[in-house]
Amino acid sequence: MGNEVGSEWIRLIVGAVIALAFASLNALFLVWLERKVAGHIQLRPGPKEVGPFGLLQTIADALKLVGKELITPSAADKKLFVIAPVLIFMPVLVGFLVLPFAPELIIRDMNLGVLLIFAFSTFSVLAILAGGWSSNNKYALLGAIRSVAQNVAYEIPLLLTVMSVVLMVNSLRFSEIVQAQGHIWFIFLQPVAGLIYLISATAETNRAPFDIPEAESELVAGFHTEYSGMRFGLFFLAEYTNMFIVSAVATSLFFGGWHGPFGFDMKIPGIVWFMLKTYFLIFVIMWVRWTFPRIRFDQLMNFSWKFMIPVSLANLLVTAVVLKFI
Amino acid sequence: MEAQRRIEPGEPVIKFALLDDILNLARANSLWPMTFGLACCAIEMMAAGASRFDLDRFGANVFRPSPRQSDLMIVAGTISKKMGPAIQRLWDQMPNPKWCIAMGNCAISGGPFEYDGQYAIVPGAHLIIPVDICVPGCPPRPEGLIQGLLALEDKITRGEDRNYLRRFHRKGGKV
Repeated sequence: MGNEVGSEWIRLIVGAVIALAFASLNALFLVWLERKVAGHIQLRPGPKEVGPFGLLQTIADALKLVGKELITPSAADKKLFVIAPVLIFMPVLVGFLVLPFAPELIIRDMNLGVLLIFAFSTFSVLAILAGGWSSNNKYALLGAIRSVAQNVAYEIPLLLTVMSVVLMVNSLRFSEIVQAQGHIWFIFLQPVAGLIYLISATAETNRAPFDIPEAESELVAGFHTEYSGMRFGLFFLAEYTNMFIVSAVATSLFFGGWHGPFGFDMKIPGIVWFMLKTYFLIFVIMWVRWTFPRIRFDQLMNFSWKFMIPVSLANLLVTAVVLKFI
Repeated sequence: MEAQRRIEPGEPVIKFALLDDILNLARANSLWPMTFGLACCAIEMMAAGASRFDLDRFGANVFRPSPRQSDLMIVAGTISKKMGPAIQRLWDQMPNPKWCIAMGNCAISGGPFEYDGQYAIVPGAHLIIPVDICVPGCPPRPEGLIQGLLALEDKITRGEDRNYLRRFHRKGGKV
């Protein structure tokens, strides 16, 4: 056991603790922001009585969820039912390990960072399926099945667009991808890929207009129909953390990560640029959610298999050909 | 001699005063109602959630579709005999602690449908589930529902002056 191994462990543990704290605070803030954005889009003030600007609203919600009775249906598969909410939250947390917040602020700058983050985000589908299946409720099961179909369909264009970025940089390391965007962000070189990534990411996080797995008008509450109290809260937490991860990945792949626009850093620290861009993307996702109606399930699948996958494949091909002859 | 009170399923046997106060404060300020309407009062309930009245100001606009995730049942409308068992079942499916608002005359006492020899409706939600707050009116205006909700918050925190989280208090502090 060398000293290096020890410091590596300390780095990982400190990183995990910070990631956990950040994920919780981020979810508290995002739920509040979501309700405020929804309110103002619908011409109403949103939460404002509980604390200044309603800022304590989500804290009250979280406390209430902790104090709520946990119901396990008698017909449920109890072990899976209890494990599923934890299972959905853990892989999301792993994403924080490789996100490049600033040049010196990466917990582990792995050479396969991009691969790791997408490999683990796929994991959450399994948790959703476990939750929906073990509830022994037909709506939960239907929601889970829809979620799996949707996630599998949208994973492909997502990864294909990421592939075209990786082809340009020749690396799967996040810091190198961000460094390559010092002068021009990849969204200007790869506009099609960027757009497809954002659409697929919205579908991946099960957000409206792609929130078919929890379509209230058809499926009660989707895969978390039977979950009460903090178990439901964990699903909620995972959704908002997932939103942050997806936007942070979009920021580092397409929007220049810690760089300012066109090489102008304006003496602002990298983390500020990174957070500004990430939260702006999250705002855009919320904006979309409260503006567009939910689309039908067959439309959703057709859109992915008949439009997004061919276009992203063509984009990958064009990128490869251009890079070969440039 | 006080008769021994039956302990409801899910109700804690041991209670902690300060913890209970803090939890009650949180509960009062985040009452998530169930997406659930029976008749015309439901239209007023929807209006109370929409832009002009906005229940979200009090944190009560998260209408949850699943009874497992809701704290508050707003019985908004006439309860027909056929609907009674469904309401009872939804109430049983909600996790503790839970509250109920009977909205409108029909949910309170049957309203215009209650007369000698009627056979179709349940005259009052209190006959099938425990009701905390009654909001009279036919139908009550959204302001009425909001007042009922605030009264329920006062009931949970035991007095509006104990609701430390809420910024604006009503004049006089009483309903």
